[in-house]
Amino acid sequence: MRTAALILSFFPAAAFAQTIPSPVPENEVFKREDIGHALSRPTPDAGHTAASTANAPEDDGQWTMPSKNYASTRFSGLTEITTENVKSLKPDFSFSLAVNKGQEAAPIVADNTLYVVTAYPNIVYALDLTKPGAPLKWSFAPKPAPAAQGIACCDVVNRGGSVDHGKYIFNTLDGQTIAVDVKTGKPLWRTQLGDINRGETITMAPTVAQGRVFVGDSGGEMGVHGWVAALDENTGKLIWRGYSTGTDAQVLIGADFKPHYAGDQGKNLGVTSWPPQAWQIGGGAAWGWLTFDAELNSLYTGIGNPGPWNHEQRPGDNKWTAGIFSRDPASGSARWFYQYSPHDEHDYDGVNEQILLDMPFAGKMQKVLVHIDRNGYLYVIERNTGTVLSADPYGPVNTSRGIDLQTGRPIINEEKQTKLGVTVRNICPTASGAKDWNPSSFSPQTGLIYIPHENMCMDWMSAEVNYIAGTPYVGAQVHMKPGPGGNRGQLTAWDPVQRRPAWALKENFPIWSGTVVTAGDVVFYGTMDGWFKAVNARTGDLLWRYKVDSGVIGQPISYRGPDGHQYVAVLSGVGGWSGAVVSGPVDPRDGTAALGMVNVMSDLPKYTTAGGTLYVFSLPH
Amino acid sequence: MSSRFPTKLVVPAAAVLFAGCNWNPHTSARPSEQPNQTGVIGSALDPGVDHSLVTTDPRAAAYYNNADAVNTGKRLFDQYNCSGCHSNGGGGMGPDLMDDVWIYGGRLEQIHQTLVEGRPNGMPSWGGKVPDQQLWQISAYVRSLSLPQTLAAQTDNTPGQNPAPLPPEVDQDAGWSPPPATTNDYTSTTKGPD
Repeated sequence: MRTAALILSFFPAAAFAQTIPSPVPENEVFKREDIGHALSRPTPDAGHTAASTANAPEDDGQWTMPSKNYASTRFSGLTEITTENVKSLKPDFSFSLAVNKGQEAAPIVADNTLYVVTAYPNIVYALDLTKPGAPLKWSFAPKPAPAAQGIACCDVVNRGGSVDHGKYIFNTLDGQTIAVDVKTGKPLWRTQLGDINRGETITMAPTVAQGRVFVGDSGGEMGVHGWVAALDENTGKLIWRGYSTGTDAQVLIGADFKPHYAGDQGKNLGVTSWPPQAWQIGGGAAWGWLTFDAELNSLYTGIGNPGPWNHEQRPGDNKWTAGIFSRDPASGSARWFYQYSPHDEHDYDGVNEQILLDMPFAGKMQKVLVHIDRNGYLYVIERNTGTVLSADPYGPVNTSRGIDLQTGRPIINEEKQTKLGVTVRNICPTASGAKDWNPSSFSPQTGLIYIPHENMCMDWMSAEVNYIAGTPYVGAQVHMKPGPGGNRGQLTAWDPVQRRPAWALKENFPIWSGTVVTAGDVVFYGTMDGWFKAVNARTGDLLWRYKVDSGVIGQPISYRGPDGHQYVAVLSGVGGWSGAVVSGPVDPRDGTAALGMVNVMSDLPKYTTAGGTLYVFSLPH
Repeated sequence: MSSRFPTKLVVPAAAVLFAGCNWNPHTSARPSEQPNQTGVIGSALDPGVDHSLVTTDPRAAAYYNNADAVNTGKRLFDQYNCSGCHSNGGGGMGPDLMDDVWIYGGRLEQIHQTLVEGRPNGMPSWGGKVPDQQLWQISAYVRSLSLPQTLAAQTDNTPGQNPAPLPPEVDQDAGWSPPPATTNDYTSTTKGPD
């Protein structure tokens, strides 16, 4: 005992834990007005901004896909809950998911049944909304391979499933896509798409359209050869698979490929923009949002970061990573590509959501997609050609001095380029971006996009890394820190026509939940310390909040119940990359833990514990 | 000293118990045993005896009081991408290694065994793929990460940079986990927000 006491006396208690680093100074980042660019000045008189009509049918009160509709508006047309009465919102029922890992999924409502898929082990629950307390109709346990947990970069999350033609379709962490009969809970088919021994997992929500299921892989930190696949919705049979790197044949680039920018034109750029063979382990996972466009019959696929993070091991533009393809949904054939971050040096995946809008620009209505990238820019892109109409920073940016709209490329700030063996400080935005995967919403009533995002920066030192299949392929020591002002999170209501925020509100922790906006002009979102909040869509004023059992990183939705009333549903359950310090066995004393995220999140265990619960709210009735 | 079962009875009982997985105590090593070693315990629960079976792998001895082992282990920990999952001991894709929680046992020989065999929830098996001496060096570094001495040498928010060699006594009470006070229990108490 004496020896033990002696040894312990050397240990300085809590020396480095839970001390959040100082915020990056304001003068380290560029001003929005200085680096935002557009091909035209705003012309709001040319028309009213609205969701692409063919992609956003009138609200039927259901919520059958995470994005609500193909336009990805996440706008509920229900009007019972308003800015006036939302203060009376009460929990109606809750349901334990029995999984205490990060819950990033959207609840799905179809035919008076609510469906949820959990984080690993990816259990699906179907709840009967017609009965008091919404009892279980069935649950389905797909039993994914436990070893998959060891190759999931950022907690063992799942971003949801969709209901279509009597099937609930979702992915499992070990790389399967599964269709379950909504009536019986029995699997109709299951297709193994990923291989865990190559570092492949699946965490994304599949997109279902035209009898096809579109799926992409995760594993950009494991040296995967990223891809997007299309399956037959009735059989699960593979229709096509387009890789993110490799020969034109592998990438499904053929005669139809007409990229707008010169840098994307040429043969086999998916090979030649890499050192020999590096493209085979170059990442480009498509783990975010795949958006189907019924109007133009296109599929937009966001592509993740190149690997490894140490960019000096992969000189070149690293096509076709950190960008977006427009593909023919039937054949996968590429139509255009735009690269948000050529030769990415900061882990700026291009996988965030695409919102399909009809918007006035340059004096006429245009078919655009709005993409809010990890690299800190909100892009408005013309959907036929892949031309960037405008690109404006919505968070702290100093890695680039704007987007050159002639070449499409960011104007690189050499001072924030990452280097081997050298710590480059105060890089903004951080590796997880000015915003990560968690989706925004758009209200046609306000014309605003409600962006849940981060205000974080980082220090980065690159290191040599070896490729060993099935292990991480990263090569960087990262320490994250708060952005200017110190608030780690922000909700920004963005006006895409005027190219500026209408309002913004600050959060202590990064916002890792999605947002939903309703016809009652209420925006719902959750915080990592466990508040589920409602704010005024026109002003950002807080109208209501409710403390749930664990931090919220899921995607809230709103639906009409069998009784005709409006409900709001969300999953609690902190985790994900930012919440791994709570949901995983992670020690807050190591700032580099969870790829450097713990440095800026080490206080989260003071505020919340792991959990996993479905909450459903309504007005008293 | 009394035992609930006479020792003689334990072996046949165990033989029946393991028959389903083709384990024969007369011809096979224990499931967790490696060739040319006496084996390390696989569980803190050892039915039929009044104390946990203790085995000591003689190969471990060379890696105590061995500064070179922990320093080489630190380098290898990066080179084999261990740090990609376990960071500098704080974890991420894999569990943290700098506190007093050990899922599969925290003595040096147990850590080595985990590296050799892998573990079902995502730990790869490295036996036969990496020279055994290197696995011992990595194990020594991992064992060092939670030593109070190593934690005391932490100067910034990157731990594990100055790993202390392993004093032999840290694993002396051979058992499931290291003896008390030879690892750090920082994570036991978390204070709420101010």
